[in-house]
Amino acid sequence: MRADDAQPEPAAAAARAGARTPPRLIGSDALAALIATLAAGGYAVIGPTVRDGAIVYDEVRGVADLPAGWTDRQEAGRYQLERRADGALFGYAVGPHSWKQFLHPPAELLWRARRTEAGFAVEAAPPPARRFAFLGVRACELHAIAIQDRVFLGGAYQDTGYAARREGAFIVAVNCGTAGGTCFCASMGTGPAVSAGFDLVLTELVGEDGHDFLVEAGSEAGASVLASLVSRPATQAALAAAGAVVERARAGMGRRMETAGLKELLQANPEHPRWDDVAARCLACANCTMVCPTCFCTTVSERTDLAGTEAVREKRWESCFTAGFSFIHGGAVRASRKARYRQWMTHKLAHWIDQFATSGCVGCGRCITWCPVGIDITEEGAAIRGHEAAGRDKPEVAHGDA
Amino acid sequence: MAEPKRPSLAVWKFASCDGCQLSLLDCEDELLALAGAVDIAYFAEASSTLRPGPYDVSLVEGSITTEADAQRIHQVRASSRTLIAIGACAIAGGIQALRNFADVGDYISAVYASPKYISTLATSTPIAAHVKVDLELRGCPINKDELLEVISALLAGRKPGIAEESVCVACKRRGTTCVMVARGTPCLGPVTHAGCGAICPAYGRGCYGCYGPAEQANTAALSAQWRRLGADRRSIHLAFRTFNAAAEPFRRESDAHGHEDHPA
Repeated sequence: MRADDAQPEPAAAAARAGARTPPRLIGSDALAALIATLAAGGYAVIGPTVRDGAIVYDEVRGVADLPAGWTDRQEAGRYQLERRADGALFGYAVGPHSWKQFLHPPAELLWRARRTEAGFAVEAAPPPARRFAFLGVRACELHAIAIQDRVFLGGAYQDTGYAARREGAFIVAVNCGTAGGTCFCASMGTGPAVSAGFDLVLTELVGEDGHDFLVEAGSEAGASVLASLVSRPATQAALAAAGAVVERARAGMGRRMETAGLKELLQANPEHPRWDDVAARCLACANCTMVCPTCFCTTVSERTDLAGTEAVREKRWESCFTAGFSFIHGGAVRASRKARYRQWMTHKLAHWIDQFATSGCVGCGRCITWCPVGIDITEEGAAIRGHEAAGRDKPEVAHGDA
Repeated sequence: MAEPKRPSLAVWKFASCDGCQLSLLDCEDELLALAGAVDIAYFAEASSTLRPGPYDVSLVEGSITTEADAQRIHQVRASSRTLIAIGACAIAGGIQALRNFADVGDYISAVYASPKYISTLATSTPIAAHVKVDLELRGCPINKDELLEVISALLAGRKPGIAEESVCVACKRRGTTCVMVARGTPCLGPVTHAGCGAICPAYGRGCYGCYGPAEQANTAALSAQWRRLGADRRSIHLAFRTFNAAAEPFRRESDAHGHEDHPA
């Protein structure tokens, strides 16, 4: 357990801020009704479910699809599902997926062109088939969505595909009750309490007294859905329990990032010897960028068919860890793993602030957990600052060409 | 308006299993469109009608393992406007490049009843070690969709949109949970070139490295992690000694984990 430098933000206090409705209590039956109501309203309800040894996000058709009684044990380069002592539905941290998969999909058709007698005709990409309802969105993930909103919708040019998917999305957030071993949202000021950007927010209360959810609405759409559910007024005991849930998560953060002066520190140290050290361990495999809920880079390519009658333009996830990413006339600008890791980390934690007026990191810990060799962004940050993290095994890289 | 002349295509086999050229016949749904777009002039696997060159495009499968083939590849090059090496044999020497790490004479006497009839080189070498290659399409075997993309790109005069990243990127794009992180399964994906569509991890297996080393493959750091997951030196040695054993980053890494049964 480690101390955190962010200000505490108890759920109950955050709950009273803004135009929220008074909290209500619902039972598991009402949660089932919530999923059914959203599905009946035409939403594809996406939520957590257990698949291939992990809690991933996919379409859920009922409470039975949720990861009841499961939690995740996470460390650098390691993720394991474990059974909980209780039947909590949201008793885990975050898994390999993020909502980015749905709002900013890995591959997206931009347009299609067909050869005609007169020349060619362009067809725009079809609008989204269904609206998404996201169930179980964490505070760090809401911040990540807000960051991608700024990237895709905030500038002079908007990403119309993202805008359409985002516009229609209904968000059911969840206050975290369990922090993962690689979590550090408390350091980044992005959690664990949900503060904004949701239609409904749940706090799961599971104990000897029963299994309930404290629910608050954060939008008119949320209030309307909440009104349709069987609920009862929140008791003082339930409010106190909800506050304790978030405090438990805050106290359980497995990692900590010292953010004071971090931007200036990274921007002043492009030649720090630590970049060589991390380059010897880094695989340049791009996993960190793929799992990051804020990494937004894409590549755009055109393809033609064999007959030369049809062309498509497609956008796909791309990563600053590939050579093609920085390829311009003459070669890749960032040819080494050192240059690529430095680019990613300094962009995420420093240049991002210049570009978008916010850090690009929300402290979800995915890049740490899902790095196949367990490179830890908090540890790299501490090392640049000159603190050696205690207790980490030295990498046993016998040879290599960083 | 006269029909534009279709580019002629030739398919050549050197030391190989035929799996890559069969990817062309495996196109099935696209085969008619392909035959309509190119003039298949020389493809012994598909037709006994073999027309003389020159050819606009040659697809070359297989590695160079005999003196005769070392001569023949120059004729293929001379008769081809564009030469595309397809598959691990043509690009890295293939599984038969294991001979490069041993005495080929020992193999011959172990395998053949009459070794005297066998005339072969001591090594299996890629096409690019002999002639200029315009494009290398990775895989063991190649992915038919990538092959069609290369041919479509050539026909349109554009750059082929084929994979250049690691297998990890393909896994993440398809939403596969990392088998190395979540199951502790040793996987070559982080150091392997994409193109297969990340098939094995989607079925819970580690990547076998069929598409050869990725650009910037940090095999040493990956091996160190395999050791932490419990893999012994022999299994690391063998993992890098498969279809792309002679590709330099894989050769170097297997050598670094040499075993008495498989001397470095």
